[in-house]
Amino acid sequence: MTLSSGLVPDPGPKAKATLAGSGPLASLVRELLLSRSAVIGGTVLMLVILACFVAPHLWGLAPNDTDLMTRFLPPVWSEGGRWSHPLGTDNLGRDVLARILAGGQVSLLVAVCTVLVAVSVGMVLGTLAGYYGGRVDSLIMRVGDLFLAYPFMLLTISVIAILGPSLPILILVLALADWVTYARTVRGSVLSVKQREYVVAAHSIGTRDGDILRHHVLPNVLSPVLVLGTVRAANYIVWESGLSFLGMGVPPPTPTWGMMLSEGRDFILDAWWLATLPGIAIMLTILSLNLLGDGLRDALDPRLKGNRR
Amino acid sequence: MLRYILTRLGHTVLVIFGISIVSFIFLHLSGDPVGLILPQDATLEQIAALRKKMLLDDPIYLQYFRFLTSALQGDLGRSIYSHQPVVGMILERMPATLELAFAALAIALAVAIPAGVLSAVKRGTWIDTISMSLALIGLSMPHFWLGIMFIMVFSVQLGWLPTSGRGTFLQLIMPSLALGVSLIALFARLTRSAMLEVLGQDYVRTARAKGLSDFSVIGKHALRNALIPLVTVIGMEFGFLLGGAVIIETVFAWPGVGRLIVQSILDRDYPVVQAAVMMLAIVFVTVNFVVDLLYVWLDPNINIDGSAA
Repeated sequence: MTLSSGLVPDPGPKAKATLAGSGPLASLVRELLLSRSAVIGGTVLMLVILACFVAPHLWGLAPNDTDLMTRFLPPVWSEGGRWSHPLGTDNLGRDVLARILAGGQVSLLVAVCTVLVAVSVGMVLGTLAGYYGGRVDSLIMRVGDLFLAYPFMLLTISVIAILGPSLPILILVLALADWVTYARTVRGSVLSVKQREYVVAAHSIGTRDGDILRHHVLPNVLSPVLVLGTVRAANYIVWESGLSFLGMGVPPPTPTWGMMLSEGRDFILDAWWLATLPGIAIMLTILSLNLLGDGLRDALDPRLKGNRR
Repeated sequence: MLRYILTRLGHTVLVIFGISIVSFIFLHLSGDPVGLILPQDATLEQIAALRKKMLLDDPIYLQYFRFLTSALQGDLGRSIYSHQPVVGMILERMPATLELAFAALAIALAVAIPAGVLSAVKRGTWIDTISMSLALIGLSMPHFWLGIMFIMVFSVQLGWLPTSGRGTFLQLIMPSLALGVSLIALFARLTRSAMLEVLGQDYVRTARAKGLSDFSVIGKHALRNALIPLVTVIGMEFGFLLGGAVIIETVFAWPGVGRLIVQSILDRDYPVVQAAVMMLAIVFVTVNFVVDLLYVWLDPNINIDGSAA
């Protein structure tokens, strides 16, 4: 790295934001409010979260309460449906709405925790690889290649087959299988930031690596990771339900969307709603995350914005 | 060019080598084969004798070396249940899985490329809005749920298509479509944005200015370049197809490797699970190798010194 004389260090994103009279978060929110997809996605996601975590406390029925007198009750808009079970009941007379909401808690929990774990691992390793380069870089990236060589679903199935299904294992396995995605993105951002003049300048005046990483590198890496995390969270929900569908997700009696689909599949002749409604719940959640991800990307990456409209 | 191919080939072999180590570790972690083979009431002498016979007391690197040499000779062990060689069991089912994956890929490309191009060319019109909204919805539907919905509508309600099995063209339609829908969505979005980027380039403007017809500008000049990003993604998404096949095969009782994996996990037949996962991973890596070659062929400008990766 060589340094030409007369460089003025870039004030950094923090200082720029204060010039604009607000924090970076406030300006991000302002950008997001202008994006239709982000507003719709964010609103729907909020509603899903509220429904899953707040509604069960207002709603009297527990997801595992069985009532053999009211088995296979259709949703309220179908003939024979009752308001006591708005989305009907399953083969054991359990309330479908209560089960969908409880299943949503699991899916959202898995998604959030997986993002947190995978981002932490990916950020650390990606930063190390990008910032230090050389042998550290090739070691981390070669190991990453190995993870990418496995089809994601197969890697997770492989590990869960050995360790057995449980909530923490599911989260760890999903994160383990996906840290590379974040590491690669972070590495790419770090590589490009590293070349910028203000980082080179900071280096030349003897700023410690840790401070450079914290003040100059990290802020630049956060936004692509934020976009990625939102979009990947949607994937984790699909995979979590897929694994639950195969009986390799969170074990019963905890209801999950995937497990409900798998149970409902046996009754598609008599009770269409059992396999249909949990799928719609999954779709709505993923759709909202995808919309929000699109909006975030547009807000954070001005280069891509021109492509829309 | 040759050097690039050789470098990529070397890299591919290295990754396959890595896969073999991971598979061996998984197999090793999946439990003591002696416990699975011998009856519960086996004496300590019997256990010791079998361990000795299976050379399980050797150091781990020696065991791995033996695993690798027999793997290279096409021997990945035997099923704990049927005692058949696992390689034969897997190869027998591989064509079904590949058929499903390629059919899904073909459907995805056949629908997505025209849709993406049309959206880009008619950008901002109702055609664009509708196809991109559909793509977003398609991207949000879990494929296994879609599969169940297909069975419910087209088999149970309408009686048009068989619910399961493999052999006729009719039986291929629903599983491959269910598996392909999210790829249609993904590819269409990608084609659209790549196309928009290309359409703004100088050479396209020049071609237009020369008075070439829209069809020729889009078909000859723009599309070829717009397809380049699509090709790389196809390689990555092939992993999704193989992993997704595991669930879709279960939904449609499709006699492929995925269904074998799920069945073997339920039976705790770990040698089959690990060998099947390993072979699918090798298929995936090989497909990516081929895609990389295709990429170079499509884009002569790419840096092929091997430093690009």
